[in-house]
Amino acid sequence: MPAFSCAFPGCRRDLLVIVLVVFVGIGLHIEASAPAYQSHGTEGSHLTNITNTKKAFPVLAVNYEHVRKPFEIALWILLALLMKLGFHLIPRLSAVVPESCLLIVVGLLVGGLIKVIGEEPPVLDSQLFFLCLLPPIILDAGYFLPIRPFTENVGTILVFAVIGTLWNAFFMGGLLYALCQIESVGLSGVDLLACLLFGSIVSAVDPVAVLAVFEEIHINELVHILVFGESLLNDAVTVVLYNLFEEFSKVGTVTVLDVFLGVVCFFVVSLGGVLVGAIYGFLAAFTSRFTSHTRVIEPLFVFLYSYMAYLSSEMFHLSGIMALIACGVVMRPYVEANISHKSYTTIKYFLKMWSSVSETLIFIFLGVSTVAGPHAWNWTFVITTVILCLVSRVLGVIGLTFIINKFRIVKLTKKDQFIVAYGGLRGAIAFSLGYLLSNSHQMRNLFLTAIITVIFFTVFVQGMTIRPLVELLAVKKKKESKPSINEEIHTEFLDHLLTGVEGVCGHYGHYHWKEKLNRFNKTYVKRWLIAGENFKEPELIAFYRKMELKQAIMMVESGQLPSVLPSTISMQNIQPRAIPRVSKKREEEIRRILRANLQNNKQKMRSRSYSRHTLFDADEEDNVSEVRLRKTKIEMERRMSHYLTVPANRESPRPGVRRVRFESDNQVFSADSFPTVHFEQPSPPSTPDAVSLEEEVPKRPRLKADIEGPRGNASDNRQGELDYQRLARCLSDPGPNKDKEDDDPFMSC
Amino acid sequence: MTGIGKLTGKSEVLGRDICVSSEADVIVFFSVEMGSTNSTLSKIPNVEELMQETGFTPAHIVRLYDRFEALDKEKTGHLRPQDFGAINRLAMNPIGDRIIGAFFSPGQETVDFHSFVRILAHFRPADQKRPKDPSMPEPVNSRTSKLKFAFQLYDQDKDGKISRAELLQVLRSMLEMQVTEEQLESIADRTIQEADLDKDDAISFEEFRKSLEKVNIDHKMSIRFLR
Repeated sequence: MPAFSCAFPGCRRDLLVIVLVVFVGIGLHIEASAPAYQSHGTEGSHLTNITNTKKAFPVLAVNYEHVRKPFEIALWILLALLMKLGFHLIPRLSAVVPESCLLIVVGLLVGGLIKVIGEEPPVLDSQLFFLCLLPPIILDAGYFLPIRPFTENVGTILVFAVIGTLWNAFFMGGLLYALCQIESVGLSGVDLLACLLFGSIVSAVDPVAVLAVFEEIHINELVHILVFGESLLNDAVTVVLYNLFEEFSKVGTVTVLDVFLGVVCFFVVSLGGVLVGAIYGFLAAFTSRFTSHTRVIEPLFVFLYSYMAYLSSEMFHLSGIMALIACGVVMRPYVEANISHKSYTTIKYFLKMWSSVSETLIFIFLGVSTVAGPHAWNWTFVITTVILCLVSRVLGVIGLTFIINKFRIVKLTKKDQFIVAYGGLRGAIAFSLGYLLSNSHQMRNLFLTAIITVIFFTVFVQGMTIRPLVELLAVKKKKESKPSINEEIHTEFLDHLLTGVEGVCGHYGHYHWKEKLNRFNKTYVKRWLIAGENFKEPELIAFYRKMELKQAIMMVESGQLPSVLPSTISMQNIQPRAIPRVSKKREEEIRRILRANLQNNKQKMRSRSYSRHTLFDADEEDNVSEVRLRKTKIEMERRMSHYLTVPANRESPRPGVRRVRFESDNQVFSADSFPTVHFEQPSPPSTPDAVSLEEEVPKRPRLKADIEGPRGNASDNRQGELDYQRLARCLSDPGPNKDKEDDDPFMSC
Repeated sequence: MTGIGKLTGKSEVLGRDICVSSEADVIVFFSVEMGSTNSTLSKIPNVEELMQETGFTPAHIVRLYDRFEALDKEKTGHLRPQDFGAINRLAMNPIGDRIIGAFFSPGQETVDFHSFVRILAHFRPADQKRPKDPSMPEPVNSRTSKLKFAFQLYDQDKDGKISRAELLQVLRSMLEMQVTEEQLESIADRTIQEADLDKDDAISFEEFRKSLEKVNIDHKMSIRFLR
């Protein structure tokens, strides 16, 4: 992985430290000397005005002020990314300490350095945080939210998010108020509402921290979705409670009407947020229906509509996070059916990139803000806060699980409960909300200090120890495996079965409503939101096609499929020259070859570590072993040579004879005499057809190619080569002026 | 007395039975008069044995009996395929005919109440605390039994394997008119290849079970109505 190999151990670390110091040094130096340059600049121009003939033309001038702001931003981001890079170069460290901890430490160091120099370290501005840093992370999480486990557990998640957070807030607020009443603490000025406000800020589980820590421990899907879903959905509760208590603490009193309004507000905030998100989601889906001619801007639609959903709901004080999630979830199935493969990769790539950068920046700034912010330390208060956080979380989880398990089919075990309780990390959202508190709150500094301490405690202590605890308790890990067509078919079959049995019982249950929703979706919604004729495609077929495409690409990339002469096939060559069409039978043969190849080289499913930031299944890279590759090549060559010697009028077996073994697929290279092949213009949807089923679907335009003539073997090799060329071309990058080729919908990983 | 879940035993009070389906669901209230429960139960022969075998509570049995009687329009005490066919939701179901077929044992033309309940017992949520007693027969609603039931729906000729033709039939019925024959065959090929470990070009029960190991069958094949 790293390009440089070091002569002596520890040299990598030293190199890193040097780079870091140099960078920080440059950055700080420039910042420090910025005012000097500014004055110099104005002076210079002033002088020039008066004596414009005397001064020589400045060949080289420095005008830092001009680029100051973007320069600083870029420098910070670069620092963050270099840090991230550095950590992964030191595997020992990154295996023990979660990345978030290291980043906070770096932030602390940088903040300390800045302070030492004498400058004012920047604090994590709440505006910046909520409008720029948080949305990418949430969108990434929401867009790639695993829908099935989420909907299966949505009741549990909601209970934890709403009731759990309420419990935390009131428990902590109440007990802290009781604490403040004790004379010896010296905080008797703190009233109940302030404490409750503090409680509501600190009680919410933070999605950023949860994501950062949980992605490294690869816990099983159920627990992961529970904690993660809770951290996303509790935003509504946090928003309402925060606004409520903030309003109240200005007024000073609470009436029953206020409480009632608060409850109503909660529903408005959460459902409103979801509604706003859904509207934008449908808009995005509808827009993507028409983007077939402008593929390059497709990803932008996704990002902009989602961001607009977030901003719109923030405008109305609705829950922006829920809007983002709803937008992503609603838009995804339709957008993915419409956009090209490349756009899908772009979206995935950009979302992962932005969320990664955001996360890094957030943690670094958290460290810097700790050094910067005004602090008011009160041992009792802070320590009690930390302890109460833990206690209330544990009690809340246990109590709620006890109730929830009565309604669940798959109960939550004690281990699950432990991880859910222990994984309730607090993070930057709590800090930003605390920072947003107006200065009129006398306890603001104290609250901020306490919040920061809680965050540090949860991220450092809980974040670092959760991994060994997971190992110790032998909690079930995530089983990562390839999408399986078997599973898809059988799951759909079981869905139908259960719906039928519910019908027999006369019961209007889960499956009945799911079936109704699916039917509604298929008949009305898809028609409007999916481009072309795709909307009729059953999900199973789409799934299957995506699988095939993905594996074919993987095959080409791994070199199994000899992608012959891609370099000589430039776009200029292709356009004037028509591409020979092959018959349906040929397509099938090719596909069968591919399939057989893939199957033969497919290794058993094994669990791979899942990382949020992995773009493709890690399986792909090492599924191909050298031996098998060589074997396949040898077999292919053998068959090619075999066919060169086959008599001309050998009858090819009927397509009905299906043998999935590689050796017996012996009609791939049955050649057609070259001159009788009819050439036609390349048609966009058909080029990827060699590895997909698209051309078989009658609604798609099919090129009729009449390939006649005896199956000779003279042009056998050439035809095979042409086939491969076609295959290679369709799978390689067609270039900008061939954007029509990207007509096929992409695939989801 | 309001009970959530199942009523236990025979109480002399007017009871309401609340049936809660899975997570985001409609809660259906059934009002059960205790007096009629007893009388209904007494109408069913061998009801104790049935409850023992299937694990249903008296309330469930009664509910199923009411449903049975509602389906049995001609009051013969048996259900025929036409009675099942009258259920709208089954008629719309792609595999509705197979489901109906599953109720009828081979050779039988009618289904009596016992068979009806026995088949539906497969869909009861699994009991968590059942001790694993190897001498006792596998309970009807265990994971293996559920899988076997599903397997038998695929395997119509009961040879213990899902052959390619059977798989094609299932695919055809699920995908209705929307795909071509070649697509179906490709999918069937792919499916068999993925699952077939002993290379006999068919899916045996073990292979079927293995391909579904990631799916939570207890969750997927349970109706909470039948808790």
